[in-house]
Amino acid sequence: MNQRSSNLLDEALGLDQVIEPWPLRGRVVAIEDQVETSGSFVLHHLLKRSLSPNSSNVTIFIAFSQPFSHYDRILRKLGCNLVSQRDNSRFFFFDMLKLQCPDGDEGITPEGGLIALYGKIHKTISALPEISWKNVSIIIDDLSLMEVAANGSSDYVLDFLHYCRTLTSEFDCSLITLNHEDIYSSEDRPTFFIQMEYLADILIKAEPLATGLATDVHGQLTVSNKGRNKVSNFHFKVKENVVECFYPGRS
Amino acid sequence: MAESIYRALRDGALEGELAPALTIKDSVASPFALQVFSHVISQLFSSILAGKSQSRGLVVVSFSRSPSFYLDLLKNKGTDVASSNKQIQILDCYSDPLGWKDQLAGSRNFTALSNEAMVSSNAIVFREVKHMDKLYNSIIELGKGLVGGGKIRFSIAIDSADEMLRHAPVSSVARLLSNLRSHDQISSIFWLLHSDLHEARVTAVLEYLSSIVASLEPSHQLANGQRGDLENFSLIKHNSKKGKFHVRFKKRNGRVRVMSEEVHIEQSGINFASLPSEGAINQGLVPKVQFSLQLSEKERIDKANVVLPFEHQGNGKPIQIYDGRRSLVDSKHERPVSAVENVQTNENCGSGEIIYYRDSDDEMPDSDEDPDDDLDI
Repeated sequence: MNQRSSNLLDEALGLDQVIEPWPLRGRVVAIEDQVETSGSFVLHHLLKRSLSPNSSNVTIFIAFSQPFSHYDRILRKLGCNLVSQRDNSRFFFFDMLKLQCPDGDEGITPEGGLIALYGKIHKTISALPEISWKNVSIIIDDLSLMEVAANGSSDYVLDFLHYCRTLTSEFDCSLITLNHEDIYSSEDRPTFFIQMEYLADILIKAEPLATGLATDVHGQLTVSNKGRNKVSNFHFKVKENVVECFYPGRS
Repeated sequence: MAESIYRALRDGALEGELAPALTIKDSVASPFALQVFSHVISQLFSSILAGKSQSRGLVVVSFSRSPSFYLDLLKNKGTDVASSNKQIQILDCYSDPLGWKDQLAGSRNFTALSNEAMVSSNAIVFREVKHMDKLYNSIIELGKGLVGGGKIRFSIAIDSADEMLRHAPVSSVARLLSNLRSHDQISSIFWLLHSDLHEARVTAVLEYLSSIVASLEPSHQLANGQRGDLENFSLIKHNSKKGKFHVRFKKRNGRVRVMSEEVHIEQSGINFASLPSEGAINQGLVPKVQFSLQLSEKERIDKANVVLPFEHQGNGKPIQIYDGRRSLVDSKHERPVSAVENVQTNENCGSGEIIYYRDSDDEMPDSDEDPDDDLDI
């Protein structure tokens, strides 16, 4: 049951058939969630898939929201040991919790802030053997806190994301980001948010059910895969060590 | 219709006129402008290669896609890109738009590995996108490098105006575009715009600068504010496969023509189809019955020709109102009419007439007698 149901998400992302070469290579994946329905489980799921023992994927995790121990605990429940993966150089964790970009335009120098972060990512990837470049995933958790670190300058964050995107065409790696939809809801024109939707090749929206909270269903996912021109929608339930995905009405 | 866009770009600028400019705009609900843009690029480029267009070269200013994306696109269309570096040049504003890579390379051991070497014969990296003047100079320089000086013209494709607008104020972007349009070596210019990223006024500015606006709209409007709705989901699903495509041509004399089509997005590319017309829908709605509910073309014309009573009043002729009593009185002065009364006879045989047959002779013509006279109330 679990084996089958969890595959709906994989299926929508194209991860169900082959995991090597990494099906998300060269793609930008944007996950959007809301206060009532956290989308971080999708991030954990992708992290687990990319660190699966059958693949040789490398993950660069840029954390603005949680410390390493948090992810370690969750991934351990999902059956994946981040510490040993880190020791094997398959998992690179950049702790950005305390990142504070210098203020103003003069602050945008290569020594600090997001430019330095970009340099660090670039250096990490180019230090890897060439054969594993296309298996690299860059995961950012999450964009709203990155904006906070950048003193609220969404342009600076967009510039950074653009440079991360050039990595996806340069090295054929993938970029996975998490963002929150409702913090932009009061804006007339949530430019940053819409821009992200344009950038994304795959858009994953986690939403609560239209009918409100329920115990058996935690929410629904809508996955728009622009590359394969496919949209899928299903319900999910987050359990202790697995996520169950099922079509509406088939819990 | 997509054809006519492409024809306008191919035919290029007239002497003493601005070059034709095309805005391709979309919104997040129907984000297919890039597909249309790619379609236009490949069509225009193949006519440049065949020597059928006014322009002899194409400069692509790429902000949102890597140069290899466009080179691959043209390669897939069967053009030999390696040998065509005399026809196409790409100004690469994608790889390092703000010069971060440059700065990092200066400050420490940052090895810029990229596919630059691979595409170098076709692409040049531009690192100062905030300076519109420098961008203008680079574009013109690249174009002149392609076609040489003199009167030979070239075309420009900009993807996308959004990135320019993010890095520079509207006024300088508008100046750049209008300077390019009025340059006497430009044959045509087109750019891509995501309209929902900007205020309406910014979109309007760019539309004023263009002679053709192609806009993509979702075929089904989503009801806003409804979330997590399955009905909405099926609309999203529909919208991911097709959209409405409107094109507005502005003629030199100010005449505006709007045409609509439907685009279908497929794995292999983009297809244009004519919209199912309203008439076709109406015809489909009429139930199948034994008798004819609709008029034929001739019947419709005949019907339109009938001059209704009162309609001719005031055009100089004596006013004749059919009033049963008077016509009975007058009937002796006129042609003898028994059962048939011509309310109106027109000399002009092209128009219709109303023919009134009285059922029988004993039917009294209308009079102002009270019909309810005999009622005993």
